Amino acid sequence: MEKQVDYEKLEKSERIRGALGKAVIYVLLVAWALMVLFPFYWMVLTSVKGYGAYNSEYIPQLYTLAPTLENYVEAFTAVPLARYFVNTLIFTLATTAIMMIVTVLAAYAFARMNFPGKDAAFVVFLSLMMIPSELVIITNFVTITNLGLRNSFLGLILPSVTSVFYIYLLKENFEQVPGELYYAAKVDGTSDLKYLLKVMIPICRPTIVTITILKVIECWNSYVWPRLITDDSDYFLVSNGIQTIRESGFGRENIPAMMAAVVSISVPLIVLFLIFRQKIMAGVARGGTKG
Amino acid sequence: MKIELKHLTKRFPNRSKNQPDVIAVNDFNLEIPSGKLIGLLGPSGCGKSTALNLLCGLLKPTEGQILFGEDDVTKLPAEKRGVGFVFQSYALYPHLTVQQNITFPLENLKGKDKLTREQMQKRAYEAAKLVQIEGLMDRKPSELSGGQQQRVAIARALVKMPRVLLLDEPLSNLDARLRLQTREEIRRIQKETKITTVFVTHDQEEAMSISDLIVVMKDGVIQQIGKPQEVYDRPLNLFVAKFLGTPPINVFSGRICAGKLFIGEDAVLDIDGAEDQEVWVGVRPEGFVLKEQSGPLHCTLSGVEVMGRDISVVASHPAMQGTTVRSIISAENMVELEDETTVRFAVKPSKVHVFSKKTELRIPFEAK
Amino acid sequence: MEKNNLKGWLYLLPAIAFLGFFMVYPLIDVFIYSFEEGYNSASQTYYGVGLYNYSYVLRDPYFLQAVKNTLILVGITVPLSTGLALLISVGLSSIRTLRNAFQTIYFLPYVTNTLAVGLVFMILFKKTPYTDGLANLIIGWFGAEPIDFIDGPYWAKMFVLCFYTIWVVLPFKILILTSALASVNEIYYNAARVDGTPKHRIFTRITLPMISPTLFYLIVTGFIGAFKAYSDAVALFGTDLNAAEMNTIVGYVYDMLYGNSGGYPSYASAAAIILFMIVLTITCINLLVSKKHVHY
Repeated sequence: MEKQVDYEKLEKSERIRGALGKAVIYVLLVAWALMVLFPFYWMVLTSVKGYGAYNSEYIPQLYTLAPTLENYVEAFTAVPLARYFVNTLIFTLATTAIMMIVTVLAAYAFARMNFPGKDAAFVVFLSLMMIPSELVIITNFVTITNLGLRNSFLGLILPSVTSVFYIYLLKENFEQVPGELYYAAKVDGTSDLKYLLKVMIPICRPTIVTITILKVIECWNSYVWPRLITDDSDYFLVSNGIQTIRESGFGRENIPAMMAAVVSISVPLIVLFLIFRQKIMAGVARGGTKG
Repeated sequence: MKIELKHLTKRFPNRSKNQPDVIAVNDFNLEIPSGKLIGLLGPSGCGKSTALNLLCGLLKPTEGQILFGEDDVTKLPAEKRGVGFVFQSYALYPHLTVQQNITFPLENLKGKDKLTREQMQKRAYEAAKLVQIEGLMDRKPSELSGGQQQRVAIARALVKMPRVLLLDEPLSNLDARLRLQTREEIRRIQKETKITTVFVTHDQEEAMSISDLIVVMKDGVIQQIGKPQEVYDRPLNLFVAKFLGTPPINVFSGRICAGKLFIGEDAVLDIDGAEDQEVWVGVRPEGFVLKEQSGPLHCTLSGVEVMGRDISVVASHPAMQGTTVRSIISAENMVELEDETTVRFAVKPSKVHVFSKKTELRIPFEAK
Repeated sequence: MEKNNLKGWLYLLPAIAFLGFFMVYPLIDVFIYSFEEGYNSASQTYYGVGLYNYSYVLRDPYFLQAVKNTLILVGITVPLSTGLALLISVGLSSIRTLRNAFQTIYFLPYVTNTLAVGLVFMILFKKTPYTDGLANLIIGWFGAEPIDFIDGPYWAKMFVLCFYTIWVVLPFKILILTSALASVNEIYYNAARVDGTPKHRIFTRITLPMISPTLFYLIVTGFIGAFKAYSDAVALFGTDLNAAEMNTIVGYVYDMLYGNSGGYPSYASAAAIILFMIVLTITCINLLVSKKHVHY
């Protein structure tokens, strides 16, 4: 009989401990979620506060009763934010497109073709993965300057195209396509290029999409290279634009307008992320664990 | 220790919406006597693994009770139940050596049960010796063969001297020869340790050969509980009859009419004690007697397979469910069948099982 | 097969051209730059070859400040962010409800512009004549005096920098650790539970060893990434990091190259190579340590 009691106690304490553990975990997770979300909330909130209202708040208010869009108007009119957007869009699309072509061709050569020196070439490629961009950016800066390509899209784009890691990632994926398909196509007289376009790329589309999205994110957020290579605001990307706004601002310290600009340049990527959530997260996880 | 299951039920919510729950284990009532080896047997998906997980506490039952001896352990989590569990894929920790794997459960003991390092080593060595792997203590699991890994898993389950030992398809990852050897081994270990053991398998031969008792399951419901020979000789329903025995039982469509048992149009036995009705007639392969002229069961011969000690006569019959009638005749009772197109069999009453067509339950009868 | 020979190289040509011109050549060139003394970028001439650039950089107080800042940043953010990511990932793996929602939220900083969100952090922490800022409001509840985290004392600035860096790097680490945790076969946990293993012991004896390769990978890449910190600092303190005492080694390299104090690619190269050597050394130490502690 005594043993019975013992068991019930055990059961109960287990249940309580379990529930308590769960509660602690949720509190922790919610706390960090708030920590992540709060800056986003704050930027949206500040961007809809009136200029006067914001500056009169000695104690920051956690909400506003008089939201306004005037800051967005200000952000797009007082500084050429739209121009930065267009620049970034051109830069992102061009860089990603060129990179994709280069990457697909190289990955295909490594994955499917036979040519002398292939293995050695691949080893060289792999070792390039370890080169930090900080080391090569100095010469690139000098090169582009000497070529007179400062403040031009060509100067922005060309050095940003290289990315060894994506070649590696795509090559791995290409190699998973059964070799029989290639030989079957060869027997049918299909050319390599046609095989690549009609078979390989459709089969490996998920990886290609993932790489594209990751490169787009990278381009959209790139700051260092554009900053080095452009000083004419006609060629500024959004990151540089934001930095300029921060330094020289809107003629005066207009934080709500600054936040409106911040919201504007953050929204496209967040929308992209929410649409391709699974793909992006899987891609980053895969890229990360393999890198 | 005795284990008792009372009205044990486990339901899983259906994956597709608005479908009824999946009942994996349905109203189990089972008493497992202390120190016995029980085989839980059934086709895959019948809920036997679920039943085992309920026993060890990895799953919580929806309804019902589990008693270990006098203790109600129904709501006790796995870590407090003190059971040993051998997983189908062994679940040996890949980063630990054999020695560390075996001592792992001992390191969890607390309070008055706490062991010193030497005691643990000693216990681990004893357990390893029991399964004859004491020479492999410093290896990692990846350096062992499947059979050796299996033994390590058993040693790890035994080392803490569990009240109950549970094995989930312990032999399914071994090749055929090793399987035979290992099952003898499990039997020996169980006899030596006298730990109440439950093991799950879909292989009826395996279950029959080493169990003290077998429990046949289908769709979450216990079909029959009994000693292996009993269950084989007196299957309670058509499913059990079909599930046990290799080659499987031959099932014919038939009827009972005026004290005679008919297979198709052939009256094979005179019987008593059963009402007239449509029935399934099951005849074990070894239940056929080959008669040249007088056999009541007329079959069309399709072939003879010589297997050495026995001879298998393959034939067909219009009332047969399935493709062929397979009989096993010992070689000395064999008759010449050359150029014959038909064979005639008599049947041994003890090897004939009759089931109602409506309920598929066993119909008892007496042969005259 | 003969035809294939040339074709293979043809497909590789674009990649070789880009990589050769913008990676291999610069890599060689940066070493040359770093040894050319008194290089003049206008006339592209130099006086001699030697180690002067290195000795100049190593004596430059701005560089020493940058090294100090970077080391502090690395020392604080790598262990903290890895630990925090582990804590959050373990929490995430042990729940089912809302798990996806949490994962999505946690990943958000990864896809946002570091410069842009850095501005939000700046206004949250900045103290101006008009307002003390939200951060000061919160520390005020605990009775602390308001501090200017952006233009104020060194450690206040360092705190914000570390805080923001952790905020930025955490999404990646959480994602990688969550998938590592998910890839540990459930069966090991079941086996451990049946053996009566307490939760904390399951964590230290099973979970940690099983994910140790991933954890180690994150620590190595975390070190490398933190040593290259730059844009987080720019976002918080503006481009003139030397004035803010918040420069990093990478920031020093860029400042030497371009901007108000720019025009010295030789010094920039020397600094970049010193950085590279530090990172290489740390990575090698990491690899040696891991030999002992990472299983498999």
